[in-house]
Amino acid sequence: MSSSVLILLLPFISFVVSGIWGRKYLKNFSGILGTVCMLVSFILAASVAYNYFFVTGRVGGQYLGTIPFEMNWLRFTNELSINIGILIDPISVMMLLVVTFISLMVHVYSLGYMKGEERYATYYSFLSLFTFSMLGLVVATNIFQTYVFWELVGVSSFLLIGFYFQKASAVAASKKAFIVTRFADLGFLAGILVLSYYSGSLDFKEIIARYTDPANPHLQAIATASFGGVSALSWALTLIFIGGAGKSAMFPLHIWLPDAMEGPTPVSALIHAATMVVAGVYLVARLFPVYAISCPAALHVVAIVGVISAAFAALIACTQTDIKRVLAYSTMSQIGFMMFALGVSKYGGEEGLGYMASMFHLFTHAVFKALLFLCAGTIIHHVHSNELKDMGGLRKSMPLTHITFLLACLAIAGIPPFAGFFSKEEILSAAFQHDPVIYWAAIATAALTSFYMFRLFFMTFYYDGEKKAEAHGHDDHSAGHSSIAMTGVQVVLAIGAVVAGFVPFGQFVSSDGFALPTHIDISFSVLPVSLSIGGILLAMFFFYKKSDKAIRISEGLGSVFVTLKHKFYIDEIYAFVTKKIIFNLIAAPAAWIDKNIVDGMMNTFAKATEVFSFSLSGWQSGKVQSYAAWFLAGVLSLVLISLYLLQLL
Amino acid sequence: MNAIPLTHVLMVSTALFFIGVYGFFTRRNLITMLMSIELILNSVNINFVAFNKYLYPEQMEGLFFSLFTIAIAAAEAAVAIAIIINLYRTHSSIDVEDADELKL
Amino acid sequence: MNLGLLLLVPLLTAAAIAFSKGKNMPRVIALGGAFVQLLLCVVLLFAYRTAHQVAPAQGMYFETSYPWFASLGINYHTGVDGISIAMMLLTACVVLAGILVSWNMEKQVKEFFFLLTILSGGAYGFFMALDLFLLFFFLEVAVIPKYLLIGIWGSGKKEYSANKLALMLMGGSALVLVGMLGLYYHSATPADGFSLTNLGKQQIPLDVQLFFFPFLFVGFGIFTALFPFHTWVPDGHSSAPTAASMFLAGISMKLGGYGCLRVAAFLMPEAAHFYSGYIVALAAIAILYGAFATMMQTDLKYMNAYSSVSHCGFVLLGIGMLTPSAISGAVIQMVSHGLMTALFFAAIGMIYERTHTRTIKELGGLLKIMPFISTVFFIAGLCSLGLPGFSGFVAEMTVFVGSWQRPEEMYRVATIVACMSIVVTAVYILRATGMSLMGTIKNKAYEELKDATWNEKVAAVVLIGAILVIGITPFYLTHLIDPGTNQIMENINRYISLN
Repeated sequence: MSSSVLILLLPFISFVVSGIWGRKYLKNFSGILGTVCMLVSFILAASVAYNYFFVTGRVGGQYLGTIPFEMNWLRFTNELSINIGILIDPISVMMLLVVTFISLMVHVYSLGYMKGEERYATYYSFLSLFTFSMLGLVVATNIFQTYVFWELVGVSSFLLIGFYFQKASAVAASKKAFIVTRFADLGFLAGILVLSYYSGSLDFKEIIARYTDPANPHLQAIATASFGGVSALSWALTLIFIGGAGKSAMFPLHIWLPDAMEGPTPVSALIHAATMVVAGVYLVARLFPVYAISCPAALHVVAIVGVISAAFAALIACTQTDIKRVLAYSTMSQIGFMMFALGVSKYGGEEGLGYMASMFHLFTHAVFKALLFLCAGTIIHHVHSNELKDMGGLRKSMPLTHITFLLACLAIAGIPPFAGFFSKEEILSAAFQHDPVIYWAAIATAALTSFYMFRLFFMTFYYDGEKKAEAHGHDDHSAGHSSIAMTGVQVVLAIGAVVAGFVPFGQFVSSDGFALPTHIDISFSVLPVSLSIGGILLAMFFFYKKSDKAIRISEGLGSVFVTLKHKFYIDEIYAFVTKKIIFNLIAAPAAWIDKNIVDGMMNTFAKATEVFSFSLSGWQSGKVQSYAAWFLAGVLSLVLISLYLLQLL
Repeated sequence: MNAIPLTHVLMVSTALFFIGVYGFFTRRNLITMLMSIELILNSVNINFVAFNKYLYPEQMEGLFFSLFTIAIAAAEAAVAIAIIINLYRTHSSIDVEDADELKL
Repeated sequence: MNLGLLLLVPLLTAAAIAFSKGKNMPRVIALGGAFVQLLLCVVLLFAYRTAHQVAPAQGMYFETSYPWFASLGINYHTGVDGISIAMMLLTACVVLAGILVSWNMEKQVKEFFFLLTILSGGAYGFFMALDLFLLFFFLEVAVIPKYLLIGIWGSGKKEYSANKLALMLMGGSALVLVGMLGLYYHSATPADGFSLTNLGKQQIPLDVQLFFFPFLFVGFGIFTALFPFHTWVPDGHSSAPTAASMFLAGISMKLGGYGCLRVAAFLMPEAAHFYSGYIVALAAIAILYGAFATMMQTDLKYMNAYSSVSHCGFVLLGIGMLTPSAISGAVIQMVSHGLMTALFFAAIGMIYERTHTRTIKELGGLLKIMPFISTVFFIAGLCSLGLPGFSGFVAEMTVFVGSWQRPEEMYRVATIVACMSIVVTAVYILRATGMSLMGTIKNKAYEELKDATWNEKVAAVVLIGAILVIGITPFYLTHLIDPGTNQIMENINRYISLN
């Protein structure tokens, strides 16, 4: 128990210490502190993983979840309460390992990358906060605990995107990221409310147990309750998926991810590539039995959104010219792969291949995408620009990055024997078994993936002469050359990108906890691999040497290319909705009504009182004689009236 | 002795009262208004004395009341003249029309 | 423990301030008094915990009662339960922070601290009163100094705001008084007709409840920004000096929420149930509409005032829902909003004191110039948008989950509407922080500005500490208030059964 709590606690301590004292007293120490904490965390996570997978976890051939630590945090009703705890099961252990490892790598890398930064300590404290939150999310035992840490990763992502707070674009990007994901979180929250009302529990274990047993009254209640012709269960699961889609940048809630690249590059590697953005996948995987057994309709939504996002992002990635944006769209596309893999899967046994494939891809993707981003960081560090036009021909000045980037590109393109090949093969075969449309869309997207990744690769390292890079490289000697920390991390991750695929993943992670034998079917692999190689060759044809071939093609495509370049105008649509509709048609009238109608009502009331009393005050002339006259008249009339009443007149 | 009937006396006091009221209403000078008030008070005094004399000659309450009234009238005149003097100092006028500052 | 101490200390402090001289002495005395108040509240908290363990079923603790106007059945009757203690602790924290923030007050120092101290005394009295007349008395004590604080030390169109605030709050009090008298004349035991505990034990006839409940609820509701009687909030808060804004939003608005719960809903449960649909609808409107109106504000104080309208909507929503967790959510929201909004106003005051502007567009890049103040502002903002780890999250989630337990469609819609505010809140908070704290420095003169001084730091740390304690370990607070809410729920459930 103690060690698993420590995994979370160490980053938290680092956050508090660097956050409070870092800026003043521990300026340079914060990096070391954060890194050491992460290292210990990682070692602990590795020991937990070893213990779980090889010693204690498997009971009767099946991996079951255990809860080494749990406490009641906030009690709502007798049944519903937020428990904060640690759930150890195959996917949470896998995620613990991934998060601590990538976070460690990023911490080490940042020692070099962020050196000399004014807000160095703050950076490390935010990084630790993020790691803490992400770890809290993955080990959640309770859906509300997930929500708690879900919000925390959101805010740490916000803080890190807006790290260069004096840049207007960074501020705008951080705001956008937070608000878009917050909007999705609204769905998540509503989903939790619906789900918990009928389940009578917020614990994952109880929710899954109650909602997967057809005889259970809770399941019957939620399945029969309906709203707008759709059962409450479908509503709940779809709403929860909206939350996940927001965090995982699924179409159409993806717009924040490319902008999020305004953050420091190591942050993009950690948060916006390897860990936080897969939280949505993780969330669906966490509730997977409920989706798969009781509500295939919601799972179908997941599959469709996933495959649309994958293809959509891949198309856009082919046209972007900012190295980090290309990577961002590729992240979105790869997460789309994970999503639809979950979407086409079923629960248990061979049928659950998609689940395993999704988690496997999550695992390998974290390694090679982090590597891609960190390489991009080194390149940006070198040329001081994000734009591909400022790069080109860098293979000579950055030989190591060249190699590591190539390995990562091969991995993401799914070329054997690199990591991405294995996981992507599993995904494709899962899709092939269940849904031919998705399968063909996925194959095409995979081919596109290798095209745009190698377009990036060639445009960065070949394409143009060395001149520009040289000119940039000499601007600043200390920053221009990457430090040992940075190169070391790239090498470690490159090794990871090569070997991660050989992990017998199905042995450990599967939808029902039983081992799922994985096998690579050569005959099945021929098509995707050859398509990927075709993509590479096509990219080589266009971008190996500087030429106008690509430009001619893009001009030939005309409006199609322009639409892609503008990312299907989704951003513009959002800007229209928020600025024109929400601001001008809702918020501005609300403020106007408040000022003029509601407050006007109060002021009118006050004014009316004033006018009335003023008119009354005219009676009070201040003239003694008129008072006396009125007084006399009054007395006389009273006398007359009384005389009349007494019938004396 | 009782040659003069009560009604005659009451006529005098009523006349005096309305002379006072008339003066109070029409005069703008505060001193004159004060004098009119004195007339009103005196008409009341006459009534008190007359009723006492004609209706309850064996009792003295009416006379006492008029004595009280005279005393209060004196005090009132003193206070009123003090106010009027102050008013004259601040407004250089004892016209009642000018003293309307309590009005909104 | 004698609750009278909590009235005595502000009274003595105020007297000492009245007789003190110079600039330094009044503020030192006020700070000392505030510190003693906080200490007393903490002692009270522990005394309550012990007493509660000994006698868990007792409704009110540390009760004292003396006849006051015996012939009218008015008693000086005080006592506390967990809810009152939570509110008193809130008051003590806000008072301490408010005095620290106004440390460098220049104008009429003595009078300023005198009024602040009187206000705090009124708030303690209100929270401990168990006699309706006494409660009303303290309600007035807590309102009238506000008029002077805004009118004398305020800024902008202060006379207008002071008048508006005083008149609207007085109007609220008048309604409250009518409601109280209605209860008094229709209670079964007129000799004890002002006693809260006594009235709570009897069933007021239904027609009386239906007639007088709106008076009490709307009357108290005006204090807590019940739509559409919330318009005193923006003007009042933005004209008030920093400490007065903190008191106004942190404490005064809570008097209303507490009154709605403790008096209106507790004494007239059937009427509360009858009217709950209206309450919930108004609250949901206030939440979302307030949030949208906030988005358009250009002045930081107006922004926070409008966001208070939105946040106080959660209090009324929770009370209107009449489920145990919604009510305890409403109480948590009162405490949380009190702390958070006080912190917000403190930060805005610090910024204003330095830059002499509160217009969002004129600020910019403050994070670089004054990191501490900016961080405080940012933390207040994060708490406002309901980030886990801060008190706002605990409060809002409790209200949401509690509200969702009402299965009727209309209540569900209201809950979802309320949930939507979390997005809108994020929009306006991030807009304000993005424009004022981040970005480039728009005014060169700002570069010379200094960060927070010791007194401001202590004030911020006190409030942030309280927010974090609630946010990270909410179970302490819920354990404190649960017996109180259960008691109120028992009373509600005794006469009506929800489904």
